[in-house]
Formats: sequence, structure tokens, C-alpha cells
Amino acid sequence: MTHRFESVESVREGLAAVDYLADDAIAGIAFLADRLGKPVLIEGPAGTGKTQLAKSMAEMSGARLIRLQCYEGLDESKALYEWNYKKQLLRIQTEGDESTWDDIQNDIFSNDFLLERPLLEAIRAEDPVVLLIDEVDRVEVETEALLLELLSDYQVSIPELGTLEAKQIPLVFLTSNNTRELSEALKRRCLFLHLDYPTMEREKEIVLNKVPDITEHLADQVARIVRSIRQLELKKAPSVSETIDWARTLIILGIEQISENDAKETLNVLLKYRSDIDRVLKEFTTNSTAHFEASAS
Amino acid sequence: MVDLASVAETAPDPGADSPLFQLLEGFITDLRTAGLPVSLSENIDAARAIREIPLEDRNAFKYALAATLVKNYSHWRTFETLFEVYFSMRGSEYALGDDGDQFGDGEPDMDQDGERPPGEGGQGGGDGLSPEELAEMLYQALLNGDNALMRAIARQAVKRFAGMEPGRPVGGTYYLYRTLRNLELDGMLERLMEQARKDAGEMSALEERLERDEFDDRIDKLKKEVEAEIRRRLVADRGAEAMAKTLRKPLPEDVDFMHASREEMINLRKAIYPLTRKLAVRLARKRRHGRKGPLDFRSTVRHSLSYGGVPAELKFRYPRPSKPEIMVVADISGSVASFARFTLHLVYAISGQFSKVRAFVFIDGLDEVTSYFEGVDDIAEAVHRVNTEADVVWVDGHSDYGHAFEVFWETYGHDINSKTTVMILGDARNNYHASQAWIMKEIEQRSRKLFWLNPEPKAYWDTGDSIVGEYAAHCDGLFEVRNLRQLEKFVDNLA
Repeated sequence: MTHRFESVESVREGLAAVDYLADDAIAGIAFLADRLGKPVLIEGPAGTGKTQLAKSMAEMSGARLIRLQCYEGLDESKALYEWNYKKQLLRIQTEGDESTWDDIQNDIFSNDFLLERPLLEAIRAEDPVVLLIDEVDRVEVETEALLLELLSDYQVSIPELGTLEAKQIPLVFLTSNNTRELSEALKRRCLFLHLDYPTMEREKEIVLNKVPDITEHLADQVARIVRSIRQLELKKAPSVSETIDWARTLIILGIEQISENDAKETLNVLLKYRSDIDRVLKEFTTNSTAHFEASAS
Repeated sequence: MVDLASVAETAPDPGADSPLFQLLEGFITDLRTAGLPVSLSENIDAARAIREIPLEDRNAFKYALAATLVKNYSHWRTFETLFEVYFSMRGSEYALGDDGDQFGDGEPDMDQDGERPPGEGGQGGGDGLSPEELAEMLYQALLNGDNALMRAIARQAVKRFAGMEPGRPVGGTYYLYRTLRNLELDGMLERLMEQARKDAGEMSALEERLERDEFDDRIDKLKKEVEAEIRRRLVADRGAEAMAKTLRKPLPEDVDFMHASREEMINLRKAIYPLTRKLAVRLARKRRHGRKGPLDFRSTVRHSLSYGGVPAELKFRYPRPSKPEIMVVADISGSVASFARFTLHLVYAISGQFSKVRAFVFIDGLDEVTSYFEGVDDIAEAVHRVNTEADVVWVDGHSDYGHAFEVFWETYGHDINSKTTVMILGDARNNYHASQAWIMKEIEQRSRKLFWLNPEPKAYWDTGDSIVGEYAAHCDGLFEVRNLRQLEKFVDNLA
């Protein structure tokens, strides 16, 4: 089997070329996923670039991205395949009297009547593909089982057709917001990557990378403020994408040095709950000695 | 201790019986003993993974191992600690130069050229420095955020202050405490802040706050360096297997609520949010899938067109979601104080997830505290208010479940209906008061479900003044909930 990537370093550089800044964990695991031919389960808070990683991997390796968005009630016919019964009916009705039952049966359960859904599409793709199974924690535990065969053996069994094996092993990414514990069976088949909020240094890099025209100084300030905000206990901590939005807002407003007032007026870009905004304002605008006493009491 | 660096050099593709694999075996055994569920197939994956990733890239190596072995983020800390123990002295960051055995035979000498990180220049050295000079250097390092210098100082500080002797049966925390005490970090933050104020001239509250967080972060890094250094030396002294044993801490989900330390409590609180979200999702799912609604005639006819007008596929309306009501009745007396604190956090967390959660607390009297949690952003504040303002003392402030339940039944009993799930949290240590267990029976009959969560170990139930059995006879379920793992199981049962 040929590998896609030479080394961990080449993964990192490749991702950087498509504007995704990978840290050691991301690059290492993406590399490993290719080498071991295993899917990657990405878990972490919302807005840390889980989905983006899969997209960037696809872009970087020039592969087609096939995406399966999971939701409650997702079933085989929407994830794997479905028989196009309307076409089948039509086929039966147009048939004259001379054909036998066997002929028809063989005919209507053939590829022509098969509707491909994302998972099957990924398996049968001739060109390189990246399969993204998004928010896998949204499906029921029972539905998870439908992924298992695909994830471990890269094959799909269709009773009427037999087992379809993958033409090539696709890169598979699963994302989860951890709203429920995924089954052991699923976890065991995957490499596990926890994507947390980036460190301050990395976030600064990301902002510099994603927001054109931003000065190093402003990016630094943005990253520092966001880090401090994340340390508070909030309903919803600011995500990376919100950090970027905030930085863009500041650029549009022509702000080069964030003053307390600027922060106050643009905070709603970063935080989406009234109570969070109040909390941050209270925390950051009262002076630190008072804060110190409060935390000591 | 096997020298991994040389192994990796001589055998780029090690066989199954190579030292590296033996080390991995030991590592995985210790992970399992620590409670991580590492399956055989994951073991094999890890073995495959370490063939692909060079040991020299220590970070990538660590993450590669983690990706195959750790499938739950709360286990990460345990993994990291053990990893440090087994693989800490390897990798370019801690390159030892040509002399690979140096750590094996005693005190490493930080003045050696090979050991000094690049960029450190001449000032990293050291034994000749006076304590004052060292403190000054530390101050400079923190002020400028010089990581290399900080690492060098951490090493020097451990060597100088920890007083480590080979074979001394003392845990790492003792050395850590000694080292940090001598570094006098407490005053450091203020000193750094003063300097920053001086440099910047006038600082707004926001800037002050940012500076403080930055310095906090650096001091934290230093502490971690010191901790790592101590661990490295202990491993060199005692060997990885012995160290792994002494460092073993319970996983967050195994920490006992009743005896959790402050730090553990904070970790627990972080872990509780996903759990409550799961609770909400599970309940909602059950609501939606429990029963189908009435026939949806329009939809059925529409779909029948695909079958030539035969209504082959019946369509149903979605059932009207019933909004479950939860009533939490929690004991906040001294005997279960820490559990109560945790419970209140839990209550707070669920109250955001359901439309109707009512919280009651009691000792010998009972009071409703639902309003304390409404529109509050600071949970500590709410808990504080509950503890100080709630009217829970009736006579003497010793638990009296009987009376508390009586009050509950008389005042709020009529609010219980067939949609209400009642959860009672407490150890049922009733101080030999009347149990009034009949109330449980009444509640059980009127409510949808009645559960009792007990933070005491099962062995203590119904001993002394505990009468949990008497109450539980009327409950739909009695659960021992001493740690997160058990709480999670309860949530599982609930759905």
C-alpha cells in the first residue's frame, strides 16, 4: 500500500499550505491515520476546527470530500444505500410476459437500481476521497453499529449484492461534540483525537493567518483576551471561529489597540449569552485588587 | 530502565521482543492497572503506531500512543503522567549528548554542555549562584517569558532545594512542596505586576487583568517544569514501574464525592457539564421515541401515491413532547456537605437543560431554592446563598429526614404529578428521628418516578442511624452514587 504522507512534518506543512495550523497532536494523528489505515475520531468543544480538519485534509491531499451529516433518526437508507424501488417497479411493469422471475430478480437487484448514499459512495469511489462523518454522537447507539463494518474493514455488505470492498482505503474522520458516550466498539476502531481550544500562541498564529491586514500586536492582544475569557466559567466559551470573527470586526472598525471600551462594545461577537457578557464585563473592568480580595474571600 | 534512544537508533524497525516493545507492554499494563480500558486490539494498534513514528519526535510519539490507547479525554492526565514516567528522558528536548547512561548512575549534572538547551547561553549554569541570584534570574525569566531559562532554573531549583536522596521513601509531592517553598513564588506575581505597571505607565483594568493572566500562566509553566524534573529524577532513582505505582491517582470518574480534594472537586465540576447534557439528551430522546403519535392522514395519503394509491406506508404524527418535571430534594447537612456542594452544582447544571427543575434543600427543615439558581451566572455565589440564606434549620440543625419530608409533602406535595420525577439525595442518617416513611410511599404513588441517590458506600447503609432501607422500600430505585462513574450509570438507568 502506498502512503499519502512522508512524515509528520510533511502533514503539518501540507496543512499549513491550505491555511490550517496543525499542532503536534493533529499532525501526528493525521499521519498515523494514513499509515495504519484507521479512521480518526475527533472530539472536543464546538468551534475548535474539527470539521475543518477533515476539509483541510481533503483539500491538502487533493481528494474529494464526502460528508455524512449525522442526525437523530439517520438510518441505513440515508447513510449507506437504498434500492430505488420506483425504478424497480417501473422495470417490472415494462417487462413482457416472456421473462422469468429469476431474470427480473437478478435485474432489479443490480447496480442500476442502487442508490448510493455517502458511506457506500466513499467505498466505491475510484478517485481519492476523504470521508467525513459529522457529529456522530447525534445518532442513536443502535445506528452506530451500521458504521462498524465500514470503519474496521472498509467494506459494506448488501444482502442482494454481497460484500462491496473499498477500491482504496479512504481517510475517514468522525467528529463528536460528546453529547453522549460513544460505544466502546466504535472507539476501539478509531484513533482518538481530542481537539481543545488552542494555546494562546497557536491561536495568535491562526488569527494572523486567517485575518488579512491584522497587525501582530493586535493579534497578540486578541489571543490574550480570549485566553483570559476562556478561563472563566461560562455557558459557552468563545470558539476559534468566534475569535476570528472578533478580530475581523476589530479590523473593520479600524481598531489597532483594544481599549476597555472597544472590548465592551464588540464583546457580543465573541460571546452569545447575555449572562456571559455581563460576567466578563464584571470580571474585566473592575480593578484587580478588588478581584483579588473577592477570590480570596 | 531501557535506553530507548539507542534502541531506536540501532533498530529502526524493532521486532516484537525488542526492548521498546517490552517497555510498551509494561506501560500498557500500568495503564490498565490505573483503570484505563485498553483492549487487545488497541494494544496492537499502539505497537503498530510506534513503528511509524520515530521516538525522537517525542511529542508526536506521545500523541500517537495516546491516539491508540486513550479514548476518553478525562483519562488524559493519567496517561500523560504515566507516559512521563516511562518515556520522559527521551527525545531531543532532553538530549543527553553522547553519554546515554548518564541518568542511570546518579545525579545528572546540569553544567554539562550536552544537557543545556540551546539559547540558554552562559547563564543557565549554576551551582555557583547564590540563592538571591537564582531568585533574580527566575524573576527575569518569568518577566520575559524565557522558556529555556525557566527550564534550566527549574532543574537547578530541584537539585538545590528538593533535597532528594536516592532511595528515600518520600513521594514527589513532598519534594515539590520543598522546592516551591524555597522559590517563594507567592510574592513573585505581585512583584512582576509592579514591574509591568512601571513599564506601561498607566494600565487599565483590562490590561492589568491580561498581564496577570500571562504571568499566572508562566508561573504555572514553571511549576510544571519543576514537577517534571522531580519526576524524572525519581524515575532515575527508583525505576519506572515503582514510580508508576506511587503516582497512581484515581481517574476523575472514580473520585469519591465525599472525600474529594479541592482540585479534584474542580475537575469533577468540569466533568459534570457533559454529563448533565447527556442526561438531557437521553431523556429527550426517550420522549420522542417512546410512542408514536396518532395517524397522520394527509401524510399517509401523500406517501400512498408512490404505491399507486395504496396506503402501504402509514405515517404517524410525532407525539406531543411531554415536558418532564424534575424535583431534586437534597440533604445539605454536615455529614454530606461535600456531596451536597457537588449536588448543588449538578442541580444548577440540569436546571439549564429542562424547562422545569425545582430544587429543595433540607437539614431538619426544608426550603425551596429554585429561585437562587435562576439567572445566576456565578454558581459559587448561588451555592453560597443556598448555604447561608435557605431556611433549612428547624430545631437544631441536625439531619431530620422525617420532618423535612413532612414539610415537603405538606407544602409542595400537591405539585407532584404523573410527569414529575423526584430525586432524593442524601445518606438517610436520620439521627434516630421518626422516619415518616409513609411520605415516600405517597410520593411514589403520585410521581412518575422516585429515585434515591446515596453518597455513602453500600456497606454502611442501614448501619447506625442510617435508615435508607426503610425509605428505599418505597422508591423506584436506590443507587449508590459515590463517584461520577456511578452517577453516569444512574443516568443510564434513568433513560
